[in-house]
Amino acid sequence: MADVLVCVKRVVDTGGEVTLTEDGSRVDDRSLGHTVSPHEECAVELAVQVAKATDGEATVLTLGSEDAVAQLRDALAVGCTRAVHIEADADGYGPADVAAAIADVVRTHEAAGTTYDLVLLGNDAADTGDFQVGIRLAYELDRPVVTGIATVSVEGDRVVASGDGPEGTDTYELPLPAVVTVMEGGVEPRYPSIPGRMRAKRVQVETVVDERVPVGSGRVRLKLPPVQPSQVQLLGEGPEAAPAVVDLLEKLGVLR
Amino acid sequence: MTVLVLVETDAGGVAEVSLETLTVARGIGGVDALVVGGIAEDVVTRLGEYGAGRVVQALGEPFSSYAPAAWAAAVVAAVDDHDVVMAAGTPRGNEVMAHVACRLGTAMAANVVTVDAGAPLRVSRQVLGGAALEEMELTGRAVLTVAGHACEPAPADEPGAASVVPLEPEVAEADLRARVVRTEAGEPDQSGSLKSARVVVGAGRGAGGADGFKELLELADHVGGTIGVSRVVTSLGWRPHHEQVGQTGSRISPDLYIPCGISGAIQHWAGCSGAKTILAVNTDPDAPMVTKAHYAVIGDLHQVVPAVNEEIRRRRA
Ligand SMILES: Cc1cc2nc3c(=O)[nH]c(=O)nc-3n(C[C@H](O)[C@H](O)[C@H](O)COP(=O)(O)OP(=O)(O)OC[C@H]3O[C@@H](n4cnc5c(N)ncnc54)[C@H](O)[C@@H]3O)c2cc1C
Ligand SMILES: Nc1ncnc2c1ncn2[C@@H]1O[C@H](COP(=O)(O)O)[C@@H](O)[C@H]1O
Repeated sequence: MADVLVCVKRVVDTGGEVTLTEDGSRVDDRSLGHTVSPHEECAVELAVQVAKATDGEATVLTLGSEDAVAQLRDALAVGCTRAVHIEADADGYGPADVAAAIADVVRTHEAAGTTYDLVLLGNDAADTGDFQVGIRLAYELDRPVVTGIATVSVEGDRVVASGDGPEGTDTYELPLPAVVTVMEGGVEPRYPSIPGRMRAKRVQVETVVDERVPVGSGRVRLKLPPVQPSQVQLLGEGPEAAPAVVDLLEKLGVLR
Repeated sequence: MTVLVLVETDAGGVAEVSLETLTVARGIGGVDALVVGGIAEDVVTRLGEYGAGRVVQALGEPFSSYAPAAWAAAVVAAVDDHDVVMAAGTPRGNEVMAHVACRLGTAMAANVVTVDAGAPLRVSRQVLGGAALEEMELTGRAVLTVAGHACEPAPADEPGAASVVPLEPEVAEADLRARVVRTEAGEPDQSGSLKSARVVVGAGRGAGGADGFKELLELADHVGGTIGVSRVVTSLGWRPHHEQVGQTGSRISPDLYIPCGISGAIQHWAGCSGAKTILAVNTDPDAPMVTKAHYAVIGDLHQVVPAVNEEIRRRRA
């Protein structure tokens, strides 16, 4: 039996354009939806698969505002069976703070009888892209860790994890308990079913209030790259544009 | 100030991204390089051209296959009075530097594009896949990775001595718990051809379905290119994930990118902004991909692309 913990972060779902708050401290998300990184969607899928294959449970965790419970429900709807919400101001937390807060929960649950043999995270968060919470968590817990993984399976007391390396697909075998960070591409995250959504609503989310004084992220402010005025040259409309397109391809010398 | 740079090598010698990193490092101060494993003579020469004073070479059994924590142990052993430790923002660069930051008890800044030397060190780095920059201050010893294409790699005005210093760092048993046990080269990083393609024909939701790619594939063939797609296309299962371009797919830098039926969300733009020329095909003249492109055709890709293929065939005949 392997109990799996999977960590997701609520982020802004931006479309074609980003705007910042006036003080540049964060992204203006007032008119935008929220989501989690595709890497984390895949981590959730892998958590559910590993839990099922080993008769364990998949627990989803997030650290953030009360609104982040929506992202927990999304993961519950696709097969996680427990959820933990660490209530804290994610904006004031740096990666070391987030990792320390998650580690506290892992230790508390372990003391209460639940050991998370495997902790899955995204390779990098969609917004801050720090590329380090998983590794910091592993150091907090003194566990082995590997990043950028596409597929995992638990075999006895080891986890077998594979992902893209510089020369092909690299495979690792880590002794459990371990931490693995996931990259999109190895599994198809399933869509929530209606019964799944109903079940998710009924799950009691465990709330943990985190009251540490955060080290912080070191952020001074955000900036947007200068907007380039559009310089697009229209080659035409519809199929009539074909000769102009082929002229361009010839000019660029790309036709074989 | 002095900087230690973890250098990655590939079949062509020092990896291009590591040359960029060395170039950024020289802007901060004196540079030493660290290479894990055996190095060819031309690598040492190249590191000298890029300003390396010392070239520390980490040797020993722990490095016979990749183990991120062992690499980090080597970096930490090689640090003496260096103020900054850095690597390229590659998967391994980011991974090893995060380990290093944990071991040194400091923060890490990933995907840095500019550095203002000083204490604290002030950097700006890519967030939101590069759609925004974060200004960040690093106190104490700074650990960071440099984003790809942050600068043009350039040799130093005055080459460094590049004196090779062999190092056999102590690597704890625990640092080998996570280690590559095998590599299947048969399936090389399938996105490799996409990342290095000169021409990429892009396809998004506008392709309409898994069977909507015939004409796009023909066009790719005419231009000696390869197919790249949006996340909508991979999540709907129309094409495999290794063809995905973007923040959670491949970053491409072709001479020409032809996105057809792709809106140009920031997460897609993150992967294609390195294209030299962009020719968009889209029904919507206001789609971000169209306004950001160099050239555009407004229309249904299922009419435009076949007409283009036909015109190519006609001119060839
Ligand atoms: C954290 C995160 C990471 C992400 N990573 C990625 C990533 O790596 N890569 C990626 O691509 N996306 C990524 N996304 C998703 C991204 O936000 C967009 O949802 C996605 O890129 C949109 O794909 P699309 O352009 O194909 O579809 P849409 O946004 O639906 O656009 C379709 C476009 O096609 C045009 N069109 C429709 N029919 C036709 C036709 N017949 N002929 C011509 N034009 C037509 C429309 O005008 C429209 O502009 C990510 C999202 C998040 C939140
Ligand atoms: N606030 C958070 N709550 C839960 N998980 C998080 C949080 N922040 C980061 N993570 C996890 O850590 C991964 C890497 O984040 P980062 O190191 O910030 O790029 C993410 O993909 C998440 O899985």
